[in-house]
Amino acid sequence: MRKILLTAVGLFIASILVSCGGTPDAADLPPVVRLMTHDSFDISAELLANFEEETGIRIEVFKAGDGGEMLNKAILAKDAPLADVLFGVDNTFLSRALENNIFIPYRSPLLAEIRDDLELDNEYRVTPVDYGEICLNYDKRWFSESPVPPPADLSDLIDPDYTGLTVVQNAATSTPGLGFLLTTIEAYGEDGYLDYWRQLSENDVLVVDGWEQAYYSHFTAASDGDRPIIVSYASSPVAEVYFAEEPPEEAPTAAVVADGTCFRQIEFAGILQGTERETEARQVVDFLLSRAFQEDIPLKMFVLPANQIAELPEVFEQYGQVVTAPVQMAPGRIAANREAWIQAWTEVVLR
Amino acid sequence: MTSVSPPTHGDVSSATWRRVILALLLLLPAAFFVLFYIYPLGSILRLGLLPNGRLDTGALSELFRSGYLLRVLWFTIWQAIVSTVLTLVLAFPGAYVLSRFRFRGKTLIRTLATLPFVLPTVVVAAAFIALIGPSGVINSWLQGALGLESAPIQLNQTVWIILLAHVFFNYSVALRLLSAYWQNLPPSMSQAAQMLGATPLRAFFEVTLPQLRPAVTAAAVLLFIFCFTSFGVIVILGGPRFATLEVEIYRQALNLLNLPVAAALSLWQILFTFILMWVYTRTQAQVSRPGKVGARRTIERPARTPREKALVVGNALAIVILIGAPLAALIVRSFRGERGFTLAFYRALFTNREDSLFFVPPGEAVFNSVAIALGAMVLAVGLGLIAAQALTRWERQAASGVGGGLGVLTRLLDALLMLPLATSAVTLGLGYLIALGRPPLNLRSSILMLPIAHAVVAIPFVLRSVLPGFRGIHPSLHEAAAMLGANGWRIWREIDWPLIRRPALVGALFAFTISLGEFGATVFLARPETPTMPVAIYRFLGQPGALNYGQALAMSTLLMLVCMVAFIAIEHFRFGDEGEF
Repeated sequence: MRKILLTAVGLFIASILVSCGGTPDAADLPPVVRLMTHDSFDISAELLANFEEETGIRIEVFKAGDGGEMLNKAILAKDAPLADVLFGVDNTFLSRALENNIFIPYRSPLLAEIRDDLELDNEYRVTPVDYGEICLNYDKRWFSESPVPPPADLSDLIDPDYTGLTVVQNAATSTPGLGFLLTTIEAYGEDGYLDYWRQLSENDVLVVDGWEQAYYSHFTAASDGDRPIIVSYASSPVAEVYFAEEPPEEAPTAAVVADGTCFRQIEFAGILQGTERETEARQVVDFLLSRAFQEDIPLKMFVLPANQIAELPEVFEQYGQVVTAPVQMAPGRIAANREAWIQAWTEVVLR
Repeated sequence: MTSVSPPTHGDVSSATWRRVILALLLLLPAAFFVLFYIYPLGSILRLGLLPNGRLDTGALSELFRSGYLLRVLWFTIWQAIVSTVLTLVLAFPGAYVLSRFRFRGKTLIRTLATLPFVLPTVVVAAAFIALIGPSGVINSWLQGALGLESAPIQLNQTVWIILLAHVFFNYSVALRLLSAYWQNLPPSMSQAAQMLGATPLRAFFEVTLPQLRPAVTAAAVLLFIFCFTSFGVIVILGGPRFATLEVEIYRQALNLLNLPVAAALSLWQILFTFILMWVYTRTQAQVSRPGKVGARRTIERPARTPREKALVVGNALAIVILIGAPLAALIVRSFRGERGFTLAFYRALFTNREDSLFFVPPGEAVFNSVAIALGAMVLAVGLGLIAAQALTRWERQAASGVGGGLGVLTRLLDALLMLPLATSAVTLGLGYLIALGRPPLNLRSSILMLPIAHAVVAIPFVLRSVLPGFRGIHPSLHEAAAMLGANGWRIWREIDWPLIRRPALVGALFAFTISLGEFGATVFLARPETPTMPVAIYRFLGQPGALNYGQALAMSTLLMLVCMVAFIAIEHFRFGDEGEF
């Protein structure tokens, strides 16, 4: 009996030691760059393998929650960084990232191919990788069976005909929720947006915490819920087509893309302070801007490539809706007012 | 009867050996607890409360002054109490039926009741909405049948749906804990009372219930802590208007980056639970009295009278309908496409259409999930049993007057060991990130991190399941066996184990289930190389599209199936050559 116990104890201790102490000699392995991303990140396995073959660098992806969570973890751990490169900080959180000084500047040569309006940091601490728009989406079929026409503008939502038809996300916890709030602030001004939300509240708007919940529990086009209008992304109708059981003729949902009704969201990547692999990290950032990766983005993450030479897949060409004039708010302004705006919004809508 | 030789020279060293081994054994749960709970928690609390080396109370006092935090705390407490009471009351008939009667389909019913535990809340929320949402099945039927204009049942984002969901998820905890203990209780005392003229109801309240008290309070404590730290249910089904302490910690830490407030709230939560546990262990120590235990065969019997049969069938049906209905809605949906029955979603699970790096092959996901869950289970049960055995032994020693401090120490330890369950998952997760992602103990990439993280949360479960059982073993049984010549190991294997086998199994099952369905702690250790099933489900729910939703449901159905199979396997586990004695 004592032999069995001793062996078991010994094995347990040994396994712990092995797993934490026993790393092979670093010189024999390819250099590893740790890429920290949010949960929506995706990439082709083949693309990654090609990169590893060409450069000899192995990318290890570490998913760290949604955008805000990920950034906060990176900031929390900035003395002992969790990764070498961070991808997925967006323009609503950009100022927080820059204030906490977590990035090493790097000006990639590929920036020449990037759209100018996406470069928000002239110190090159972060590099734009992709962009998308947060827009209202509506269920085409529901509206075709209803006397009410689909919403065309923000003001439709507070019209009595549209009572109880909308679901939005909590601005404090969700990026699309925050994006929509910022859109209303831009549209109605800092003096008028709370009135808009008061009326929206009286119009029985449903507020939920997260996008998944709103979409898969309440949006009529995707669940047994009863809300045919939702805050989502401009690319969501394209995803509905792409991920339909059988390819439909037209998209089952559509986005409201009128001027000033959508919020532009840009995602950035940056090299984290404290990395021991800055040279390799730079190559990874270049990779994120390269044509190959940029063309991979749309069907993986359903956002648009920042690199202008990247071509869009056919489903985007056919079913995508172009947003000509989205709301673009300066990151500095967002950072300065965000807490106050969210607080005020919470008071009006949730309490 | 085996012959025994009196202790000789050679046996003295074996006795010392045994003491050394026992000491080492006891060190294991202690070391585990310190390394994987105290150390990470301490790191994150220190980071939060003393960011620049000084205590920063500004934000916290602000929140206090506004009364907001007190409101949050109040809501957290009362919804937990109500949920606990509700769940216990509803679980009692079920536990009675399961422990007293033998009937076909018993294992299946028990397994069905436990399935909700393993499912991600988002998925269950969708099922709930499908059933009782404004356009759900029940409302549509009621509207049609009663000719109403709008849906009569509007539970969405009310406190009622929170309570209902808590019962739904936690029913099986109460059910299993109660019935595991009840099964070992012979009905002789209750029967004696009835022979003396008590009505069955009176016998229940005045005889059986006090006998069951250890199990009831253990279940109540567990349920309370669960509901107290409830997150998914509150956020998803309750909506943004409701906040428990855990939700507030999450929002402060990860959405607002207000780490001092989050850390302070976590500390609050831990302290509150500790005080609760302290009170609980004090009452337990006074009440716990070893009783008679009986063989399963003489206690369980088939239902005979029509009333008993009605009770059994009624209960089984209630469980099947109330718990099975949302689950059935999920499963049915996973097979239903645009044109009726389809296997498209299941087929899609196996195809990596876009060559995604994060594609989760179902077979691999199942294997990883099960392997990690087994590891967590073995760890939790092993360490939990050792800790429970030590606690019981010290309690007995303290009760018989050996060393005054020992009683206090055991109660302290008992309360401490429960804390991981009550600690905010966010806090612990961040603690792991900070403390265990760097030297001196860099386990960030270790495959063991997942089972360890899950085991930390599961050990309190095992403890609560097993302690009443241990305490119920009469010391005279040990003494008699020792007099007859059995050594420590044999005593344990042939006397203790059969008596705590069922509670231990309950603990094991829950450790397994917690691990299988665990998503929160897994966030820290998201390694694309070892995808688990909940991670796969969440991945599907992150994008629009019927295929994604269908695959999420398909994977959820798979998760339930794996769970069921694992349960049945575990329930039939036999150790040594113990049978029904």
